[in-house]
Amino acid sequence: MQFGIFSVGDVTPDPTTGRTPTERERIKAMVTIALKAEEIGLDVFATGEHHNPPFVPSSPTTMLGYIAARTERLILSTATTLITTNDPVKIAEDYAMLQHLADGRVDLMLGRGNTAPVYPWFGKDIRDGIPLAIENYHLLRRLWREDVVDWEGRFRTPLQGFTSTPRPLDGVPPFVWHGSIRSPEIAEQAAYYGDGFFANNIFWPKEHFQRLIGLYRERYEYYGHGSADQAIVGLGGQVFMRKNSQDAIREFRPYFDNAPVYGHGPSLEEFMAQTPLTVGSPQQVIDRTLQFREHFGDYQRQLFLMDHAGLPLKTVLEQMDILGEEVIPVLRKEFAALRPAHVPEAPTHAALVAAARAKAEEGEAAR
Amino acid sequence: MTSEAKDVEGETADGRTIAVVSAGLGQPSSTRLLADRLASAAVDALRGRGVEAEAVAVDLRDHAHQMVDAMLTGFTAGALRDAVDTVVGADGLVAVTPVFNASYSGLFKTFFDVLERGSLDGMPVLIGATGGTARHSLVLEHAVRPMFAYMRAVVAPTAVYAAAEDWGSGRSGGVDGLSERVARAGAELASLVAARAPAAARRDAADADPYAHPVPFERLLASGGQ
Repeated sequence: MQFGIFSVGDVTPDPTTGRTPTERERIKAMVTIALKAEEIGLDVFATGEHHNPPFVPSSPTTMLGYIAARTERLILSTATTLITTNDPVKIAEDYAMLQHLADGRVDLMLGRGNTAPVYPWFGKDIRDGIPLAIENYHLLRRLWREDVVDWEGRFRTPLQGFTSTPRPLDGVPPFVWHGSIRSPEIAEQAAYYGDGFFANNIFWPKEHFQRLIGLYRERYEYYGHGSADQAIVGLGGQVFMRKNSQDAIREFRPYFDNAPVYGHGPSLEEFMAQTPLTVGSPQQVIDRTLQFREHFGDYQRQLFLMDHAGLPLKTVLEQMDILGEEVIPVLRKEFAALRPAHVPEAPTHAALVAAARAKAEEGEAAR
Repeated sequence: MTSEAKDVEGETADGRTIAVVSAGLGQPSSTRLLADRLASAAVDALRGRGVEAEAVAVDLRDHAHQMVDAMLTGFTAGALRDAVDTVVGADGLVAVTPVFNASYSGLFKTFFDVLERGSLDGMPVLIGATGGTARHSLVLEHAVRPMFAYMRAVVAPTAVYAAAEDWGSGRSGGVDGLSERVARAGAELASLVAARAPAAARRDAADADPYAHPVPFERLLASGGQ
């Protein structure tokens, strides 16, 4: 089981002080959070990608390349990489480059993006969201797997004799997760290719994500990648902790009440009952996170959202200390004890290289 | 003969369900009163055709906070979820709003704004409105009917507007009174509901759930994802 942090990268005023961090402060804070993730023993840091204010991370591989140089073990990922408005050729190049620099500690999560004006800014149309995700990803796969690509499609200039460089590290492309909030087509896409499926799992009730993940698992088996319970599932989560749960609620409430996305709507208590948000003691976070397994089956990756709604960096780092000291060690032990032997771990570069070698040797032996 | 719409969730085993949405704010509410009369007229007319039906009331006032929450969060929760399921799963809909500022009330519009796209496709709907004077009666034609047309519902030809004075007047000078208009509108809704397969049977036959029956990926890929 992999644990990590995912950051949206929003620049939001702290509602308790009215202070808004500068873009520089926010970008540096994201890096500090990533370095802290490695320090407290997390496995993954994933950054969002946005091309409009109030968000800063428009250039994920620049940030992840910098973090790669300052970490040893942390897997660098995205949440999400826009498969609709980015040129798949540039995604192929950027993430292969990052793979080499980070010695394989790279995977990525693809998403469509739901901000309508961003599409025309990149010459696209949001109404083509699903077709763009399907065509662009199909091309991206070929660019990573075939040395020379001839290609013609609906959305970009044709390619004749094109080689994407650098080639993926060890000839093995980064593992891909597909993130979706509501589209069965994306669950179907992830299942078809045997890729991972990530349900952001925050902001909406679990019943909704159960249907999406249920569909993905069923189709993963249908397409012959393994049994439904061997499909590669990732989940988001949103937590705020203090030793005493009442202190956590008191401290987090102003951030909740004014948060982008859900602020000024339901009460904190209602939202906790309706969605996986957990504000309370470390033990409450442990119990709630273990429930995710009961709701969604054994899964491979748990990412937490910790640095949004204007929470100051100091608070976020305190939260991460609690996470690393009191929550993750328990979760690792519990999840490992509960996981059946036939359910795989989340794929790492080393595992994918080993699998590719085994497959090649199998092919040679057969000949 | 006339009975108030039941204030409980539910559906008769073999009969039809008429959801009765009222955006009245007062208690008692003249909007709810009109809604109940329209529902009774439809249920009676269905019974006349040998079709049993039950009216289920949805008072939007009870869900006001949750409707705003749903606007902001993008999902419906709790009792509002049940109200939405009642309306979307019904065989017919009676929808009545008070007239505010020459249109439907914000509460009325918000309920239909939080429904998923396609929720009311083909739904037989009887529309009504209440107001202080008859001068606003065309609200039904220039605001309420176009909204349901956009939602691809099938709106009965007669829409019933009840102004304050309608509650105390009968048929006069060859013009139908409120009772006659209610009866005619109820009969029209009954005719639309009776002509359509019961909602329960349609649900069984539809197989339209994209989570249960996804489009196979080869087809998505071949069609450019469309």
